[in-house]
Formats: sequence, C-alpha cells, structure tokens
Amino acid sequence: MKKSVDRRSFLKLSGAALGIGVLYQAMPAAQAKGAVGEMFDHMGKQTGERPTPFSFVQLSDAHVGFNGPPDPLGTKAFERAVEMVNALPERPELILFTGDLTHDTEEKDVHAQRMKQFLEISRRLNVPLIKCVPGEHDAGLDGGAMYREFLGESSYSFDHRGVHFVALDNVSRAKPEVGKEQRMWLEKDLARFPKSAPIVVFTHRPLFDLKPDWEWFTSDGDEVMNLLSPYENVTVLYGHIHRDDAHELGHVHHYAARSLIFAFPDPEKAPDKKPVPFDKEHPFRNLGIRLVHENFSGQPLVNAAAIEDVELTAREFSGINGMQQLLKEPEL
Amino acid sequence: MKGKVVAGALMVVLAVFMASPRGARASEPRVIEIHAKRFGFTPDQITLKKGETVKIRLVSEDVTHGFFLRPLKIDEEVSPGQPAEILLTPGQTGTFTTICDHFCGVNHGNMKMTIVVSE
Repeated sequence: MKKSVDRRSFLKLSGAALGIGVLYQAMPAAQAKGAVGEMFDHMGKQTGERPTPFSFVQLSDAHVGFNGPPDPLGTKAFERAVEMVNALPERPELILFTGDLTHDTEEKDVHAQRMKQFLEISRRLNVPLIKCVPGEHDAGLDGGAMYREFLGESSYSFDHRGVHFVALDNVSRAKPEVGKEQRMWLEKDLARFPKSAPIVVFTHRPLFDLKPDWEWFTSDGDEVMNLLSPYENVTVLYGHIHRDDAHELGHVHHYAARSLIFAFPDPEKAPDKKPVPFDKEHPFRNLGIRLVHENFSGQPLVNAAAIEDVELTAREFSGINGMQQLLKEPEL
Repeated sequence: MKGKVVAGALMVVLAVFMASPRGARASEPRVIEIHAKRFGFTPDQITLKKGETVKIRLVSEDVTHGFFLRPLKIDEEVSPGQPAEILLTPGQTGTFTTICDHFCGVNHGNMKMTIVVSE
C-alpha cells in the first residue's frame, strides 16, 4: 500500500544566504505520523532526541589576520556578521564554521595570535553551540596541530535535535583529500543510522570537482560520496570558494557559503582566480552583507542580491519516506 | 654439446647487448625538467604534442609541492632531494592549468603553470 505523506509538512530546511553566512531552519513536522513518525521515533532512539525544529547558521572563511587589497578591513566583516547573527529575531542554536578561520603565516606566534583573535570574536556570538572545521589556511602548514590545540579535533560528529552532523577535514593532509583513515571512520560513524536519517556534513573544500584548476575539489571526494550516497537525506555545507554555490549531485545537495573576507568571481566567467576587487564605496557588497527580515521564510531580505530558500520536503526513496531539498529561486 | 649451448647463449647476450642501447635510445621519451619553488614553476609553460610520450622530471627547490592536472590525470608530489618523474602521453589537445595542490604557504593558491598540447 502506498503511504500518503504531505510533502510540505514533513521537514523543512530553509536556508537564507545572509551574505555573512547562511541561516538554516530545520522544521520537522511536529505531528509526523505513519512511516515518517516511525523514522523520527527511530532517530530519537538512535540519537537520544527526536527531530524537532531549530535553526542554525553557517559562517565561513573569515581569514582572521588577512589584511590586503581585496579586503583592507581585516575582521570588520566577521565582526559585522557576529552582530547580525546576534540581532536575528530567532536565535539560532548552532553555528557551523566551515574553515579558514584564520589566514596562514609561517610565524607560529602570529598564527596563534590569529587563532586567539578568531576565538575572541566568535565568542561574542550569542549562540549556545559553535562547531568548526579547519581550512587549508588554518591547518595546511602544520598538519592541523595548532588548529587542534585551539579548537579540538578536526573531524568528529554529533547529534542535534535528531539531525546527525558530521565534520569532515579535507585540508590537514596538506592535499585536498579526506584520506582513508577518516573515510573508514565516516563509514563506521554512519552505520548506526537508518538510510533515511537527516545528515548534515560540513567541510571546507567541495567534495566534488567544482573547478579543479582553481583547487576547488577534494581528490577522494567520490569515495566520500560513495559512503554518503546510500543515505537519502544528506546535505553537504562547505566554504573555500568564497561565493554562493548550490549543486545537486544524485540526491545529495551541496551548498557553499560566502566568505567573510573577500569574494571570488564566477569560475565560468572569470579567466583567473583573482579576488573580486574591493569597493570602498560598498565595502561589504561582494560579501553580500544583508539585513534579514524578521520573517525570512515569507518575506524578502533587504538589499539582497541572491537569496536561497531551501526546503527539505518529504519524498519517497525506494518505498521509504525520506527528505529532499528543493532549491527555490529568489522571490524578490 | 655443452660448448655449443654456451656459445649460443653468448651470441644471444651479445645480440641483446648490441641491439638494446640503440633501441632504448630510439624509444626514450623526451625529458622535460620542471622546478617547483614557492610560489611558481619554472618553466611556467611547456608545449607537448598529442600522442607524444614525454617524461616530466619534477624537482623541488624548497618544500613539498603538488603537481595536479585533472584532465591529463596527473597527481604527483615532489619533495626536496627527491625528484619525481611522470610519464605522460597526452591524449587530447588544449591549454591546461597545472596547479600545486600541496599547501605550501601564503601564495600557494597562485602556484600554477600551463601545459599546452598541440596536434
């Protein structure tokens, strides 16, 4: 017997690109019954928490310590982002920071100072939970030693309100790769979940060949995706490319957040990977700093150039009710 | 009988000895040496012919570098004192950007060179 599910009432994950980052809302149906309810119950048993509504923000690529022509304002955009997140009408429960928290330097003392400055600014966030992964500028020169000293492990997982979050490190081996050891850990980590479990992977580099000659790839990304693809509700959030991007590969959706320092151009249009020049009249334009309307689900953002609204809705996968993200065009 | 066998074996060895150096020289690929040093390659452009096998000899002058070019399936690393060799027979024409994909410092993102493959 085919089960009937109200696709829009199942679970909604909406993402609004703030420019300063991305705000997501996970909205599982409060009264989910039948197969969906059973799945939620199962998730509740696995994670100790049944999926319930919450919101979180993705921030990326602050490059604390960078101060050059593409952005002579240093940490101003990062600090502005913190203010904006704190001003959101609905307080997010979680921040995911997808790498390049700091800009690299070979002077260890200076890099340590940059790590401290990152922590000082990020602690101003009025958000109970902040989770990070490193970028190559944090961890590429020392195999992630200093990153781990300040921020802990670079790959790990945790559960939040029934959603399984996985932090993947694809920078600490200096090459753009996850590596066999971490892939084995990932496979084991995922094994306890049903195939319909909602999973959010956050990492620094794209896990697919977005633009390999700009180093926008992960060399063993296909092997990672082979581990993730049996799961029907996987979202991958990443940074590194300093611009919005949305890709759907199979049933997995990949989203990049903008940076907090400078933007890179569209690789399909620009001949070279050169930062978008700084505009002193509009210092945050290329970072897309935007104000968020109180009701971001139905109202447009102010001064926005590109808004993403992503919904997780119910979908049947091989007879199992799962979730799928749908990317909506901006409603401006 | 034993003497004939030894003589035959000697002739075979002699034939191989005489033939091999010429044959090896005739089929040895062209060697192109590329030096990697933060944050560039020297030379920064080489031109190859489609179907011609070449040997790229990579030498690092400072730290570990990568040498990555997805379309031609090149993914190599080179460390100081340990040159790397790549046998390459390009199967397609075009202009390709090869990058260092082993993070090597602040301007790592700009470390690249061009490989042109012509007919």
